[in-house]
Amino acid sequence: MTENVDAIVVGGGIHGCSTTLHLCLAGLKPVLIEKDYAGRHASGVNAGGVRQLARHVPEIPLSIRSMGIWEKIADLLDDDCSFESHGQVLVAENEDELAVCRARVAELNALGFTHEELIDATELRRLVPAVADSCPGGVVSRRDGAANPAQTTTAFRRKAEQLGATVREGVAASNIRYSDGLWYVDVGSDTYAAPVLVNAAGAWAGTIAAALGEPVPVETVAPMLMITSRVPHFIDPVVILRGRKLSFKQFKNGTVLIGGGHLATPYQDRNETVLDWKSLAISARTVFELFPVMRSATIVRAWAGIEAKMKDDIPVFGPSSRHKGLYHQFGFSLHGFQLGPGAGAVMAELIVNGGTQTRIGDLGIDRFHPSTL
Amino acid sequence: MTVAPKHEDYDVVVIGAGPAGLAAAAISAEAGLSTLLLDENIGPGGQVFRAIASTPVTERSQLGADYWVGADLVQSLRASNAEVIQRATVWSLDRNLDIAISVGGASAFVKAKRVILATGALERPFPIPGWTLPGVMTAGAAQTMLKSSALVPDGRTVIAGQGPLLWLLAAQILRLGGRIDRILDTTERGNYFAALPHAFAFLTSPYFAKGLSMMREVKAKVQVVSGVTELSASGDGQLANVSYVAGGKRETLPADLLLLHQGVVPNVNLAMAAGVEHRWDELQLCWSPVLDANGSSSVAGIAIAGDGAGIGGANAAVVRGRIAARAAVEALAPAAAAKLPAMATLRADLAKAQRGRIFLDTLFRPAPQFRIPSGDTIVCRCEEVTAKDVLDSVAIGATGPNQLKAYRRTGMGPCQGRLCGLTVTELMAQARGKSPQEIGYYRLRAPVKPITLAELAAVPKSEDDVKAVVRG
Amino acid sequence: MFRRSEQDKRPQVQIFVDGVAVAARQGDTVSAALLASGQDARRSTAVSGAPRLPYCMMGVCFDCLVTIDGVGNRQGCLVPVAEGMQIEIQKGKREIGR
Repeated sequence: MTENVDAIVVGGGIHGCSTTLHLCLAGLKPVLIEKDYAGRHASGVNAGGVRQLARHVPEIPLSIRSMGIWEKIADLLDDDCSFESHGQVLVAENEDELAVCRARVAELNALGFTHEELIDATELRRLVPAVADSCPGGVVSRRDGAANPAQTTTAFRRKAEQLGATVREGVAASNIRYSDGLWYVDVGSDTYAAPVLVNAAGAWAGTIAAALGEPVPVETVAPMLMITSRVPHFIDPVVILRGRKLSFKQFKNGTVLIGGGHLATPYQDRNETVLDWKSLAISARTVFELFPVMRSATIVRAWAGIEAKMKDDIPVFGPSSRHKGLYHQFGFSLHGFQLGPGAGAVMAELIVNGGTQTRIGDLGIDRFHPSTL
Repeated sequence: MTVAPKHEDYDVVVIGAGPAGLAAAAISAEAGLSTLLLDENIGPGGQVFRAIASTPVTERSQLGADYWVGADLVQSLRASNAEVIQRATVWSLDRNLDIAISVGGASAFVKAKRVILATGALERPFPIPGWTLPGVMTAGAAQTMLKSSALVPDGRTVIAGQGPLLWLLAAQILRLGGRIDRILDTTERGNYFAALPHAFAFLTSPYFAKGLSMMREVKAKVQVVSGVTELSASGDGQLANVSYVAGGKRETLPADLLLLHQGVVPNVNLAMAAGVEHRWDELQLCWSPVLDANGSSSVAGIAIAGDGAGIGGANAAVVRGRIAARAAVEALAPAAAAKLPAMATLRADLAKAQRGRIFLDTLFRPAPQFRIPSGDTIVCRCEEVTAKDVLDSVAIGATGPNQLKAYRRTGMGPCQGRLCGLTVTELMAQARGKSPQEIGYYRLRAPVKPITLAELAAVPKSEDDVKAVVRG
Repeated sequence: MFRRSEQDKRPQVQIFVDGVAVAARQGDTVSAALLASGQDARRSTAVSGAPRLPYCMMGVCFDCLVTIDGVGNRQGCLVPVAEGMQIEIQKGKREIGR
């Protein structure tokens, strides 16, 4: 049986869920199709960083747009998503790194962005008292913070459903095709038809784009995270490093999350990842050196989420360059969580109004010519 | 004892030195395969043969003849060339058969051609009101202390639950001069009828005569209340009272110690973290790995033997250990396999060891009210999550145990779901009108036992890391 | 709650629990020694501060967590006692970095 809807969104990560919700808010009737369940992969198991700090310049406008939504997330979703705003701090471990920070902040200021502030050793120590004494300073983005990723993604899904979206979980979208101005997608024995199709399928999105004639340089990656048992409160902001791969955050419940982008081996077809403990050991050593207080904490769990990483590390976001009614929203390359709320809002504007005030021009799929693949 | 593995590569790594692991490692090593046996406890034996090489209980009859069988297994192992490391905690195993081991506060990695998981069983969660109070323990805990330290209950002691272990423990406590005030039998009346069709196999199994004489021995000395349909513990920071309903009548008795037991279930954590497929067992009400006749799992190279393969008891565990080891020998050193007992013989042994099992499983299938709690009863001991909390999360969209983690952190504490996983699955299944198989289980992850950050930081560098430093 | 059977002839080992000398036996686990000592060995949880004692004694429940010779969150039921061992009962979230 074919059911006609206003839009079909493929992929129940934070991006698919957010776009679905924002389409509902604009008065559309979308269907969201998720092969597992909302937030099963990267969106549900990432570090939960809500970060404008240290972003690639082309995605900063989207990030700033998103931040405004994060700050009122409970109004939007009736769920606080455990969002907390204690800032994010990028730590320079030596003077050379601090010089790079200084140049970066100057570059952003010249472009008119003021969310990143250079800080000296004193301010760093005030924000992050536990950091090793040798660090000379860094950069802070004071409005940044963190949220609970699975809670957030589920909240978007739930609210979208409340506002009239159809959510199909547990069955993959298949046989995607275009005919007479409509996109058709099969979900088990059902078929949905809509003038709009949003490809927000995360690690599976590259395959969909390629099948529709728009191949892009994307790979499947699985960044690893690990978490400690509860320890007494000792740090407020999220900490990332300039020179080494590390992100570091303590939750309200006392557990400390350690991440930073070391990769597991993804087995995408099996929804499975195999952790690389020798790389996690590097993260552990970095924490060991930078936060001596953490040395006796116990690691209780490690995991990895499967997601898509673009060759140039910035997402594919916007209309297709080949097909009418097709939009891409994937490839967030290990930093898509914070962008989710804003990207959904902007995507809905693109779909409903045909344009947006938010600058996203550099993120389009048309930046990849066949010669760059 | 606490030394790191001698090599980085082994033909066979056996994890767990209970009946299955002891048997498997001895066969594998005797057949000439390089064999490493890793065990978390102070000495070999697992739970059933706990402290077999060191028990201070010198009067052999007190622990029973079935216990001392373990000594022969340990002797065979010691006569073999197997490398044995006690107090070794395996904290990671993956589908590449890479194994991370913590020994004496330092971690080492070994790689195996074959892994035989013999991680055994643990006692089924018994989530009654007050089960987290100091003074409430499992029957197995008391038995562990009895075997390894000759400790027996001293204060006012109540044993509650059902199953063979409960009676064995009671008999052992009494033989060692310990105190039991009352036994509360929670076996459901209806189970006796359900089990009847399977009674013949049981009557002709060795369990029958032994079980009957043990129950007689205990009942001569302790008041036993059967048909218990409700049970709770209470006290202010310490167990003070045990309350129960039997035959529609409620009774409360003061107690210092409550020992709970309602059977054992496979210890799945390491197998699941390695990616081994498991299925819900409707009779045994637990997750069991999907295995072929040799014990081989869905992950190439990983076999599972013993109660971790599905509850079968100690005798079956020994045979399953031998079968898994023989299969490893056939694959890695076919010529040596000829000298081992034929697979057909082993399978016949297994059938014999498993006779009567269905009867026991049916008779001692725990009642729903003791598996699926309600209200303020704690489900997840680590994160202190109640049944009501779980149901509230279901109401706002948690569809399975993995979504529940995000709302309530169930299973995210140090025990990684060992004491709440089955309860959460069954509770959510009931709430959502689904089967436990549909609801599923926590995705388990390494480290399956916590390690310190310092220990992980000290792990040897990867090749890439070394290269980066060399280039730099 | 528990007492030792007279047939137990293992040599004594002295350990210290929050600084107080406690007689254990060679081969006892830390948890067994604590339960046999008759002392109040209740830890309090990191979540609510509720009191707990060991529950499973076989390494699965983590209710026996103690600090042993300065290393926290160890499973007392898996560690054998040793002469002079210093045990600290953990109260609430375990301090780190001491």
